[in-house]
Amino acid sequence: MHEHDIIVVGAGGAGLRAAIAAHEAGADVAMVTKLHPVRSHTGAAEGGINAAIRDGDSWEDHAYDTMKGADYLADAPAAETLCQDSPADTIQLEHWGMPFSRDDDGRVSQRPFGGLSFPRTTYAGAETGHHLLHTMYEQVVKRGITVHDEWYVTNLAVTDEDDPNERSCHGVAAYDIRTGEVEGFVANQGVILATGGPGQVFDHTTNAVANTGDGVAMAYRAGVPMEDMEFIQFHPTTLPSTGVLISEGVRGEGGILYNSEGERLMFEYGYATNDGELASRDVVARAELTEVNEGRGFEDEYVMLDMRHLGEERIMDRLENILHLAEDFEGVDGLEEPMPVKPGQHYAMGGVEVNEHGETCISGLYAAGECACVSVHGGNRLGGNALPELIVFGKRAGYHAAGRDLGEPEIKTGYGEDSEPGDLDSPVELGDPSSTETAADGGVAATDPTAVVEGTLDTERERIETLLEKEEGVNHAEVRSEVQQTMTDNVNVFREEEGLKQALRDIREARERYQDVSVSDKSRTYNTDLIHTIETRNVLDIAEALTMGALARDEFRGAHWRAEHQERKDEEWLKHTMVSWNDGDPELWYRPVILEGEAGRYEPKTRSY
Amino acid sequence: MSTQTPETSDTESEEEQEESFSPGERRRQVRDEARREREEAEAESEAEPDEDAVHLKVFRYDPEIEGKQKPRFDDFFVPREPGMTVLDALMTARDQFDSSLTFRHSCRQAVCGSDALFVNGSQRLGCQTQIQDLESEPVRIEPLPHQDVIKDLVVDMQHFYEQMETVEPFFDPDETPEDELAEQNQTPENREHIKMSTRCIWCGACMSSCNIAAGDNKYLGPAAINKAYRFYMDEREGEEKQEERMEVIAENHGVWRCQTQFSCTNVCPKDIPLTEHIQELKREAVKDNLKFW
Repeated sequence: MHEHDIIVVGAGGAGLRAAIAAHEAGADVAMVTKLHPVRSHTGAAEGGINAAIRDGDSWEDHAYDTMKGADYLADAPAAETLCQDSPADTIQLEHWGMPFSRDDDGRVSQRPFGGLSFPRTTYAGAETGHHLLHTMYEQVVKRGITVHDEWYVTNLAVTDEDDPNERSCHGVAAYDIRTGEVEGFVANQGVILATGGPGQVFDHTTNAVANTGDGVAMAYRAGVPMEDMEFIQFHPTTLPSTGVLISEGVRGEGGILYNSEGERLMFEYGYATNDGELASRDVVARAELTEVNEGRGFEDEYVMLDMRHLGEERIMDRLENILHLAEDFEGVDGLEEPMPVKPGQHYAMGGVEVNEHGETCISGLYAAGECACVSVHGGNRLGGNALPELIVFGKRAGYHAAGRDLGEPEIKTGYGEDSEPGDLDSPVELGDPSSTETAADGGVAATDPTAVVEGTLDTERERIETLLEKEEGVNHAEVRSEVQQTMTDNVNVFREEEGLKQALRDIREARERYQDVSVSDKSRTYNTDLIHTIETRNVLDIAEALTMGALARDEFRGAHWRAEHQERKDEEWLKHTMVSWNDGDPELWYRPVILEGEAGRYEPKTRSY
Repeated sequence: MSTQTPETSDTESEEEQEESFSPGERRRQVRDEARREREEAEAESEAEPDEDAVHLKVFRYDPEIEGKQKPRFDDFFVPREPGMTVLDALMTARDQFDSSLTFRHSCRQAVCGSDALFVNGSQRLGCQTQIQDLESEPVRIEPLPHQDVIKDLVVDMQHFYEQMETVEPFFDPDETPEDELAEQNQTPENREHIKMSTRCIWCGACMSSCNIAAGDNKYLGPAAINKAYRFYMDEREGEEKQEERMEVIAENHGVWRCQTQFSCTNVCPKDIPLTEHIQELKREAVKDNLKFW
């Protein structure tokens, strides 16, 4: 049994930042991560970090842009915290040596990005995430923070009180991928989830193969609600054959989009007559697909992104990485020809419900980064707002878990007085009533947290043995691919009621098939077959909750478009969609969005770019 | 031979989906249909080599599984797709034929550095290597040479990570600005100077290709020296720290071991001029020495 003050699960941007902060606050921290830190998907982020650090800019303007981009579904205290903290936290990275691109005067460079009223996206070429990830990992090495890499956390050690708000988290159970051992990690002060996005729920995604939403699913089954899961960002510029991301920086620097008629579609068809290509991502993604659906796409699939007119010098200076990606993954030379692009799943605005300190409704359990929903991004995340979220809220979670006083939170967590019960017309049964996820007797926790972790450990050892012992069964890859296919067909950019119901039916079927899943690799050594099988369970739970939210929300807001409901309905829907696992019988409910901030009320306006 | 018959997907349900929503989706269905047919044909031919299949010869080893304890090569015939990479082919082989086939991979876009492999006798990233660009088939896929194999294509990276840590791979300025919003200025020229060195993704291809590293376990190796270069050349670090770094760079198992064979430079998937960086540091080491005369 390992024992630390704080266990950080996942070692991408948010996890590394949380670990550094907790260490700085005096805690004994260990990171437990299924990938070595430098393999994390933060490294694939390209564009940059929004931070109001220049004269003429202000955190208030950044917050206004963020709330507008969110289509007024972000909580103002969260968005304001992001924008207030981002400048110092971005410069902190500079102090740690991050190689930002530089202006002639030696200061860090910033560029325009979609939906921003000021060019405040601080960048390092078109590989900002790579530099951010490596810079923070360097700081973890410098501090000698313990990293258990290639250890896969399979479950959280959470007590089993009836009311999730009464439960507490005391550690995790993790599987050593190298040796096949399952071990317990006791966390005396807190467990911080930083496991990233759930992109593998979809077929065409910019996300890594490892992005299976493990933390979100584990917290969900332990009793923490998933918030606003239906809000999925489809990035408008991904390469058609692989889903590899082409940075918004291309459009930020002046790249243009055109259709098969050679028309600059954003202007020609009135999708965004002011900002054109630099409208918010949801707007551009819908515009592209509309063009394709109306027969003005290339090969009925994609449109073109052209940056040739920027000239070789500027491209090499600021977007060189894009040339390599287009060449390696689409066989296109971006200096000589336009690049084919289409929308692809990119980011989950929703996630584990937390407050601005990263706390969930379960005491001792935190979440930060893409796996969490504070909520900063609401209905749609602005480009350049994901990386500051990692560092701002990673740091805050680390500090808070280590005992720093961050004041009274304004955002509430868990089902409470302000919550409103929901109702869903589902064509099939949801969830998995047979499952027993929470670990141990809540009564034990008060006297012996280690016993809670031991309880979880026993359950997880048994679960893994059962999976490995089963001789014949269904391969996880089939189940996962069925879920991905239906999600991409039915819960994509354009959503229709019947399609969403079909997705729930398909997920139900996949869930039933998963009951018969077996692991054909019987080895204890580096068994990725087993890991993928466990991940697939997480993919299933997330896909279901996401689709439940998408079916329930009968309005068009941000990235969530409904064929039958073409209006934003502020009277009815200025509220977050929450889905609670409810011990296997998923429950839908709502919590009002907070539009009152320090800078006043963010009055919902028509969103045009 | 562990290649198994792939599952044939049921085609009956396909007809029902006629009212598809967009031309793009119809096209994808047609494409999927074609792929399924190819896969079925593939299964029927019992993995006989043919033009529509890519022939992979993959190194297999598992210390625990009888029959795999002695290293061997398995043949896989995976349906050929336009633009297929070595990683795509491996994933197909795993998902359709043998789910115990083990390799590291994550981002699929040459930034996580997980899937450095020895493909047709050369260190490459699986995700960045197009099958059609390889000169010969079968495609021979092995784990990175000069590292202990854990299982199949997975090698032990511990030694690589330890060498990286030897060079104190973190920024260490003499002083940091007091003001939390004050930047340490850096000229665009200096940033340009270190740019290539900052692209390293820790994939280990260079170290694996290096003859010197193969014979001298203490040699820092190209990746670690490049990491040292990245900080040594960064004007934001102070002179004292530079001297400290030079001690590590120029010690017995440092830059002087390099015999400029350029193998690391040739295999680097991020095109980092590793050998040049090592040579530049040798020149710095000479200059540094002259100071004391």
